[in-house]
Amino acid sequence: MSNPSQAPTVDLKLYRRPMPFGWWLENGAYFRFIARELTCIFVGLFTVLTLELVQAVGRGPAPYAAFMARLEGSAYIAFSLLAFAAVLYHAVTWFNLVPTTVVVRLGGERVPDGLIAAAHFAAWAVASLVVAFIVLRG
Amino acid sequence: MTPFLWFLFGGGGMVSALLLPVHVLLFGLAFPLGWFEAPSYESLHGLVTHPVTRLYLFVLIFLPLFHAAHRFLYTVCDLLQVHGSRRTPIAVVCYGAALLGTAVAAYTLLTIA
Repeated sequence: MSNPSQAPTVDLKLYRRPMPFGWWLENGAYFRFIARELTCIFVGLFTVLTLELVQAVGRGPAPYAAFMARLEGSAYIAFSLLAFAAVLYHAVTWFNLVPTTVVVRLGGERVPDGLIAAAHFAAWAVASLVVAFIVLRG
Repeated sequence: MTPFLWFLFGGGGMVSALLLPVHVLLFGLAFPLGWFEAPSYESLHGLVTHPVTRLYLFVLIFLPLFHAAHRFLYTVCDLLQVHGSRRTPIAVVCYGAALLGTAVAAYTLLTIA
C-alpha cells in the first residue's frame, strides 16, 4: 500500500485555465497579494546581509569598518529603503493575518480578532525597542 | 515534509515580522545615514560572541531564510504558472539555498571568537 502522504506528488492531468502573464496586474487585490508575497525577496536578502555583518565582526575591526562603510553607498541605501518598506509591509500584513490562523479561547469565549492582532503589534513594538536598546547601548 | 516546511514558513514569518524592521532601520538606514553612531567594534564583538546573542542571531537568520525560500517558491510558481512536479527543481534550489545559508550561519556563529 502506498504512503498516503506521497499521494499529492502524483501529477494529475487537471485542466488549468491558461492565465495571461500579467494576471496579477489585473486588479488591486491580486497586485497587493503578489506585493506581499514578494516582500520575501527583501527578507532573504537582508538576512544574508546580517550574516555578512556577523562574519565581518568575526574577522576583526578593519573588516567590520569596511562592511559598515559599504552600507553607506547609495546602492545600499536604496536597497535598505526598499527593504525597510518591504519588511514593514510584511509585518503589518502578517500580524493582521494571525487571527485567521490562530484561534484563542479564554474561559470558553473566543478572543476577538482585533485583540489578537493588537497583541502582536504590541509585541512588535516591545521587541523593536529591546533590540534597539541593546544595540545602541554600545 | 510539507507540514514541516509550512511550520518553518510560519515561524520565519513571525520572526521576520517581529525583528527584521528594527534591524533594517538600524543597520540599513540609521547607522549609514548617521542618525545614530554605529556601535564600536568592541561593543558589537562582545555582543555577537555572547552565547544568548549567538542563538538569537541563528534564529534571526535560519527561520527567515526558510520563510523567504518557501514564499519565493510559491510566488514564482504562481507568477510563472508552474504546476505539479515541474515545481520540484525550483523547490530544490529555494530550500537548498536556505539550507546552505543556515549551514554557513551555524558554522559562523559556532566558530566566531
